[in-house]
Amino acid sequence: MTGFEGATLAIDLLNITLLTILFVVAIAIARLRSLFAIVMLSGIYSLVSATWFVALDAVDVAFTEAAVGAGISTALFLGAMVLTSRTAKAEKGAARIVPLLVVIATGAILIYATIDLPGFGDPTSPANTGVGVEFIERTYPEIAIPNIVTAVLASYRGFDTLGEVGVVFAAGLAVSLLLGFGERSLGASVREEDRLNALKKDEEKS
Amino acid sequence: MKGDHHVILRVVAKALIPIIALYGFYVHFHGEYSPGGGFQAGVILAVCVILYSLIFGIAPTMRAITPGFARFIAGLGFIIYVGVGFWALAMGGNFLDYDALFREEPGGHLGQHTGIIVIEIGVLFAVAGSMVTIFYAFAGRVSEIRDEDW
Repeated sequence: MTGFEGATLAIDLLNITLLTILFVVAIAIARLRSLFAIVMLSGIYSLVSATWFVALDAVDVAFTEAAVGAGISTALFLGAMVLTSRTAKAEKGAARIVPLLVVIATGAILIYATIDLPGFGDPTSPANTGVGVEFIERTYPEIAIPNIVTAVLASYRGFDTLGEVGVVFAAGLAVSLLLGFGERSLGASVREEDRLNALKKDEEKS
Repeated sequence: MKGDHHVILRVVAKALIPIIALYGFYVHFHGEYSPGGGFQAGVILAVCVILYSLIFGIAPTMRAITPGFARFIAGLGFIIYVGVGFWALAMGGNFLDYDALFREEPGGHLGQHTGIIVIEIGVLFAVAGSMVTIFYAFAGRVSEIRDEDW
């Protein structure tokens, strides 16, 4: 297997580089006070983690992360930021230290949990011997579409996806119910503008 | 539309937004063969609308895609999805059992393909409509974002 070690080294370097960028961006987000910079940096964070998901062969997840995390979330955060102030207040007293302790504790638990995980791409891991093989074998004869992810999401787990769509719809509905009145008044002013323009056009004609 | 220092942004956006929309539809209709599907496509189409409103202002966007239309699309998508479930029920299968849609013999794939395509359209509508609705709810609270605000 000549060249295999080189490829592994390259993948390791890529992973380390991407994770370092993520770490630096996360520290910068935690240290910054300007909300605009934080929103932009969280967009960058999503984009870099999407790149990392591609390196881990999770293309569908990467795609969703790039579209939702870097695209929609950034735009929505910008919209929300316009409604509030441009800078965050500095934390005082216990609020400075308690989140750090919580994060360190959670991180330690997660790192401890990774000890039990199978190696990346391990062919004998439960994911690659159990239900994963089953889906790979059954999808083409049963559903006859090439993309197994779509087959699982839309057909085998169609009920889950229905729930997800319901959640997205409910989120839209809830935000609309909470904040919808401003939208309504703007819609009304847009209609008023249209009406005035139409009146002006009529006057010019006559 | 005041201030001409955004002219490059506007010209580039005018060329790019249709391409982004086209890419969204590609992601949707190619979901069977490549990564992507209704959810990602819905988000990309919503991003088109949001990008347009960030660059050209919220009022022209609301004139093109009215808030009521966005809400209607969101609800319609969910109804389409649930409708496929009830269609399968009506044909004697389980809820969302696509094999029952056309009462095919075992081995037929028309029901699976139709079911997946229709529910993906439902997902596309629901996600795109909900995202645009959420953005309108936030952005509609302020009339115009001035350059100095950044």
